[in-house]
Amino acid sequence: MSVDLSPITLAIFVPLFGAIMAFLLPRAASVIGLATLALTTGAVIWLARAVLTGGAVVLPLGGWGAPLGIDLRADGLSVAMLGLTCAVGFLVSVAALDSLKGAQQARQRQYFWPLWLLLLTGMNGVYLGTDIFNLYVMIEVIALAAVGLTVLSGSRAAVQAGLEYMYASILGALLFLMGVGFIYLQLGRLDFAGLTGAEPTGALIAALALMFVGLALKTALFPLHFWLPAAHANATAPASALLSGLVVKAALYIVLRLAQYMPFPSETLLTLVGLMGAGAVIWGGIQALRAERLKLLVAWSTVAQIGLIFVAFARAGEVGLPESWKAAALLILAHGIAKAAMFLAAGRIKDEIGHDVIRDLDRSPIRPTLAQFTFALAAISLIGLPPSLGFIGKWSLMEGAMAAGYWHWVAVTMAGTLMSVAYFSRVFAGFLRFDRVRAPVGEHQGWALADAAPLTLALAAIGLGLLAAPILGFIEIGYPFGVAP
Amino acid sequence: MMDAPLLPLFILLTSLLAAPVLFSLPERAARLRTGINLGMAGLKVALVAWLSLKVSQGVIYDLRFELLPGLEFKLQADPLAILFIALSAVLWLITTIYSVGYLEHGPHRARFFGFFSLCVAATVGIALSGNLFTFLLFYELLTLATYPLVIHRGTAEALRAGRIYLIYTLAGGLVLLLGTLGLWVLAGTTDFVPGGVLAYVVAVNPLAAQLLFVVLIGALGVKAALFPFHVWLPIAMVAPAPVSALLHAVAVVKAGAFGIMRVVYEVFGIETAQALGVTAPLAVLAGVTIIYGSLKAITQDDIKKRLAYSTVSQVSYITLGVALASPLAAVGALAHLIHQGLMKITMFMVAGNLAEGLGVKRVSQMDGVGRAMPGSMLAFTLAALGMIGLPPLAGFVSKWYLAQGGLEAGQAWVIELLLGSSLLNAIYFMPMLHRAWFRDAAPETTGAPGRPRIGWMLAVPPAATAALVLIAGGFANAPFSPLEWTRFIVAIEYQE
Repeated sequence: MSVDLSPITLAIFVPLFGAIMAFLLPRAASVIGLATLALTTGAVIWLARAVLTGGAVVLPLGGWGAPLGIDLRADGLSVAMLGLTCAVGFLVSVAALDSLKGAQQARQRQYFWPLWLLLLTGMNGVYLGTDIFNLYVMIEVIALAAVGLTVLSGSRAAVQAGLEYMYASILGALLFLMGVGFIYLQLGRLDFAGLTGAEPTGALIAALALMFVGLALKTALFPLHFWLPAAHANATAPASALLSGLVVKAALYIVLRLAQYMPFPSETLLTLVGLMGAGAVIWGGIQALRAERLKLLVAWSTVAQIGLIFVAFARAGEVGLPESWKAAALLILAHGIAKAAMFLAAGRIKDEIGHDVIRDLDRSPIRPTLAQFTFALAAISLIGLPPSLGFIGKWSLMEGAMAAGYWHWVAVTMAGTLMSVAYFSRVFAGFLRFDRVRAPVGEHQGWALADAAPLTLALAAIGLGLLAAPILGFIEIGYPFGVAP
Repeated sequence: MMDAPLLPLFILLTSLLAAPVLFSLPERAARLRTGINLGMAGLKVALVAWLSLKVSQGVIYDLRFELLPGLEFKLQADPLAILFIALSAVLWLITTIYSVGYLEHGPHRARFFGFFSLCVAATVGIALSGNLFTFLLFYELLTLATYPLVIHRGTAEALRAGRIYLIYTLAGGLVLLLGTLGLWVLAGTTDFVPGGVLAYVVAVNPLAAQLLFVVLIGALGVKAALFPFHVWLPIAMVAPAPVSALLHAVAVVKAGAFGIMRVVYEVFGIETAQALGVTAPLAVLAGVTIIYGSLKAITQDDIKKRLAYSTVSQVSYITLGVALASPLAAVGALAHLIHQGLMKITMFMVAGNLAEGLGVKRVSQMDGVGRAMPGSMLAFTLAALGMIGLPPLAGFVSKWYLAQGGLEAGQAWVIELLLGSSLLNAIYFMPMLHRAWFRDAAPETTGAPGRPRIGWMLAVPPAATAALVLIAGGFANAPFSPLEWTRFIVAIEYQE
């Protein structure tokens, strides 16, 4: 198989090559990692320009073309997801340089870079793939790397959480593979183009349902979220940021794609998806209110936010579906950026103060002001306050639900928003209370270059809300939402 | 004179851009911080003066930026915006001077002035918003910027108050989001247009329009401290004095009252709202709030709490004037937006001075403070008499027009309400004045005579605002006085 030199192939093979190199040359792993990220980002920018000027780009690997060979395809949505992955990934990598620089983290450093670059390969593969078997392979690659990142710190809690994550992941992948198999038996094809226009027979719907359950496991949709809080809360900060900000989005993206190419199952199933999302919003909110540690609170908020994205899927029923996907896509981008910022900031706070017990945050005479500020900015986007990208996503969600008269989804969104205010304000109280500190407070202690990456992410999460119109315009290139042809 | 279409944006940026600079200054760079603060506040006053001149000449400012398909971020400078923006620019300058004096040597000043700036930026944004969507953006920013100011002291009590404040205002903001969405879905626009945008909806679906009115006014009523959503306001009194002054006079409660004006006049349109039958209940609710706030104020011993309940009552004058749906009452309401701000900011600054200079925080400790701090207490007295409605002070002018408006609208009960409220105002303010001037001082509040107890930065600002109370009332008919400008606005809103 010859590999054509195209930004599409580069976006997949550069990180793969980087992963191998970082594994072989552990001493140079950080340098290789950053260089790989920079090159991959360059490839994605190149691809974005191509898509912007010429519309969707299709690349038949080896020149065979679907359905015989494998196509890679980049439209606006794919490139937006690639851009999210690379931009967030790059900033998390910068932060990782700092948080993994200690001598005792040499082992972590040695494994972090190869695993992370492998993860990047898998995610880019998902966003460019056009064939559901291919997607299956890629989500297995992602799962392998993600579990590795979870257990990176080597602590007992992390290993235990990693094991649970692995079981969930394997089960999810298995369900997905069964679905793929059924579809192959039904249609004889696995490429997206071959799926369009298929008759929605009972067997096909069952296959779809299997795939959906598998993906729901991987993206931790309530009630299949059980593995997520422990895994995300116990990983090291950069790993948590990658897992929560990026990894869960890959499965969400596949759901979006399947919805684009597969026949619409039924209104009931869609409502069921929305109800699962609503359950996640409520249950995640309750657990975040009860969480005792900062990172656990942030992890539960991911459960709630993922739920909100599924509510967005279902917000207006069948009629408003294309618009609903767009609202969901906006929420995916917003959550990816803001949650990465928040996990990095939480990691910084934990590093500076020495613990992350929420109740005792205000007892610390050290106040990492910039990290706390970053945390608050990220919270603004996650709560969905203007002008953040999260706000625009929430606005689109509620607008569609209201226009369609689906008031229950409006109510769920509002309840979720109020709960997020409540659980995040628990943390702010810890930042801003000063009467329990005995020693003089050093407010500016803990300013460090390491705060630059999370702060940039948090500011982006807020500021990109102002660019929502061009972003929406971009992700519609190539009609990923099935509006036209 | 050169024409600058971006002028409103510049006015917004004077405080919006000052914030990150102030945040990043080290704590000890006090001089530089004060320089930036005063420089930006002064620049803003100058720019606002220029803008008012242009607007009075009929220049139209309209800046738009598309956020989502069809949904715009829109700044516009109409006369109503000028009214509010002028109030905030002038009072920001004065309060900044006061805050610099008040917080000298205190902790977290970088943070304080950063958020202070953001808070003013939000107020300016609220004034300049050209549609409800933009208004919502700044309304939420205002909540976020004031929260760190309310809990500035960092005590358990401050944080508890902050939590209540945040829950009320963010819940209000969420309901406002719901209302804005509702307006967008129903009318297809959220623009502020004199005469309103809902005439068609009201004709087709009056129930939805009524519901929308309730949702929007309820959401704005939280910040405007309309009964029963006023609970947060007296609790937020734990904030430092300049913050309370700003919250009560310009920023938060005024944002709510200003929003109610925009919604009644330019979303629904006064005639449409009247036809819908929603203004009369609003007037009654405002009346209830006026009496309730005054009654509660009488029972408070804490000076700042008494002032806070007085605000609850006084801000509802504005709502009352809007809801009466008569041009004269509207003149009273708009003038009161300014007049109440001038009077209340004076009183809060003096309350801060009493606490700083004498340690006096309760009404029962106020015996003889007039002799210890004559200048401050003179300012307080002027403001209090103005609140009661004594001519020729500012408060009299607004009450006069409100009463006439009540007659014009055929609502005679308004006269009785205003008289009753003035009586209640007197009942809770006169004892304070009596104690201050006519009682002998307690030993701890008498010190060495002749020695100033507070610096000039604390003494001058309330004196200046008290002078404005006198001028706004005494020269109410002069050109460019708040009252004259108000008539200009009412002519537009009533489309005469």
